[in-house]
Amino acid sequence: MPRSRLAFWIFLAPVLMWLLLLIVLPHIDLLLMSFRGENDYGDIVWTAQNYLNFFTEPIYWLTFVRTALYAIVTTGITLILAMPVAFYISKLARVRIQGALMILILLPFWVSELVRIYGWMILLRESGVLNFFLVKLGILHRPVELLYNDATMIMGLVYTSMLFMVVPLVSVMDSLDDSLIEAAHDLGARKTAIWRTIIIPHCKPGITSGAIVVFMLTLGNYLTPNLMGGKNSLWFTEQIYNQFIASFNWNQGSAFGFLLLVLSSLIIWAGLKLSGQKLGEVAS
Amino acid sequence: MIRSLPRSKGYDWAFNGFIVLYFVFLFAPLVVTCVLAFNNSDFPSLPWQGFSLDWFLADGPDRVGLFHDEQNLRAILTSFETAFFVSILSVVVGTCASFLFEKEHFRFKGLLYLLMLAPLVVPGVILGISQLLAANTAGIFFDETFGLDFDIFRPSFWLVVLGQFSFISTFVTLVVSARLRKFDTSLEEAALNLGATQFGVIWHITLKYLRPAIVGAGAVAFLMSFENFNTTLFLVGSEPTLPINLYLQVRDGSTPVINAVSLMLIMGTSLLALVNFYFNRKTD
Repeated sequence: MPRSRLAFWIFLAPVLMWLLLLIVLPHIDLLLMSFRGENDYGDIVWTAQNYLNFFTEPIYWLTFVRTALYAIVTTGITLILAMPVAFYISKLARVRIQGALMILILLPFWVSELVRIYGWMILLRESGVLNFFLVKLGILHRPVELLYNDATMIMGLVYTSMLFMVVPLVSVMDSLDDSLIEAAHDLGARKTAIWRTIIIPHCKPGITSGAIVVFMLTLGNYLTPNLMGGKNSLWFTEQIYNQFIASFNWNQGSAFGFLLLVLSSLIIWAGLKLSGQKLGEVAS
Repeated sequence: MIRSLPRSKGYDWAFNGFIVLYFVFLFAPLVVTCVLAFNNSDFPSLPWQGFSLDWFLADGPDRVGLFHDEQNLRAILTSFETAFFVSILSVVVGTCASFLFEKEHFRFKGLLYLLMLAPLVVPGVILGISQLLAANTAGIFFDETFGLDFDIFRPSFWLVVLGQFSFISTFVTLVVSARLRKFDTSLEEAALNLGATQFGVIWHITLKYLRPAIVGAGAVAFLMSFENFNTTLFLVGSEPTLPINLYLQVRDGSTPVINAVSLMLIMGTSLLALVNFYFNRKTD
C-alpha cells in the first residue's frame, strides 16, 4: 500500500524525540559525568578516579558483589516458589477458577510497592502484628525484632518480584500439552522424571524471561532493601542515592550508576544468549 | 500429577495447602494494613482498641485524619496530575511508535527498535539519575549560552512527568503493537479504494480498531505512573508524589494515617485493575 512520507515523519518525529532526548543523551551524559572529577586545584578534569575509588574502597565493591549475589539468590527463591504456583494454576486448578486465581495473583502487584512493604513492616516489626500473636500464644516470651535483617530483606524482595515470575511461567505451562504428561505417566515415569524431562525443558523460555525480569528489578530495587534491610544490609542503589543526594558527589554517583547499568546489561545479555532468546520475545 | 491423572490424597492435600499458604503470603500485608486503618489506637499495631474512623475523618488537634491531612491530600493530587500527563503523553507517543515499527520500513529500524526496548532493562534508579544529569547539563547550557533560566531543568513536576514518560511509553508501545499486528490491512485498502484519505483511514478505521488496546495501555500507564518510586525519587522537586511522600512518612515513623492512605490506594488501584480486566476480557 502506498504511504505518504508525511505520515512516516509524523510517526517518526515524536519517537525520535523521546528516544534521543530521554534515553540516549541522558545515558551519554551519565557516562561523561562518570569520567569527570576535580583535581587538586578544584578544576574539573577528565579522570578515571571515580572508577578507581570503586575498586580501592572495599565497602563499594563489596556492596556491589553483595547486591549481585543477593539478587541471584532472590531470583532462585522466586523461581522455586513460583513453579508449583504456576503449575497449580495451569494444570491442577479447576478450569472455572483459573481466571479468578490469575486475577487474585495479579491484584496485589497493582498496589504500590511502598504500601506492600509498609504492610510487611507493621506485620514483622518488634511491636508488630506477628509478634503480638506469637507472644499471645505463648510461643515467645518477649517480642523479637523480625525486621532489619538479610533474611527478611530477601523475603521482601521475593515478595515484590513474585508476579514477574508467575505470569510468564503460567503462560508457558498453559502451552504444554497435557497428553505428554499423561503418556509419560502411562509409560511408568516417576514425578521427578516427568518434571526433569518434560515440564522444565518445556518451560525454559518462561523461566529465562521471568528470571531476567526478576533479577533486574531486584538489582535496581531501592525501597525494599532500604526499608526492610538493616543498617548493615547495604544495597548498591543506596550507595548511588547517597552519592547523589547526601554527598552531592554526582561524578562518583554516575560512575556507580554506570557500573550497575553495565552489570545488569551483561547479566541480561548472558541470560538471553544462554537461552537463545531475543529481548523482544522476552519483553512481550 | 495433573487434572486428568489419578492423584493421591496426600499429594492433593499438600499441594492445596501450599497454594493456600502462598495466597496468605500474598495478601497478609495488604489485609493487615487495611484492618489497622480502623484501629482506635495511636500506633499502627495491635492490640485492637475498637473500631474507629478517626484516621479518615478526625480534624485535630490530637488526631488528624486523612481527609484533613493537607500534606497527604496534596501528594495525592500531585500523583493524579502526574499520572494524567504521563498517560496522555505516553499513549500518544507509544501509539506513534507502534505505527512506526509495525507499518513503516526504513533504515536503522532494528536499531531504533532496540533503543525503544532499552528502558525495560535499565534499572529505574539509573533512568532517574541519568535524566537528572541531562536536565542539569541542559540547564547549565541554556544558562551559559543564552542567559535563560528554565525551571523545568531543575527537579520539578515536569521533570518527573518526563522521567516516567521515558519508560512507560515502552510498555504502551508493546501493548498497542501487539494488537496492531493482528489488524487486517485489507480493511485499510478497501477504505483507500473507496476514496478515503490516508489520515481518514487511520482515524476512522485503524485507531478505532486499536481503541481497546489504547485504553488498556492508558490505564496501565496511569497505574505505573501512580506507583512509581525509583525514577521519581531523583527527579522530584518541592511537590512530592504520593509514593515519595509515603516513603518519607514511613521512614520517619508511622501513624495509622499511612494505613488510611494505603487503604484508599489499595481500593483505588484494585478497582481500576478490575475494570481493566473486565474490558480486556470483553474484547478478546
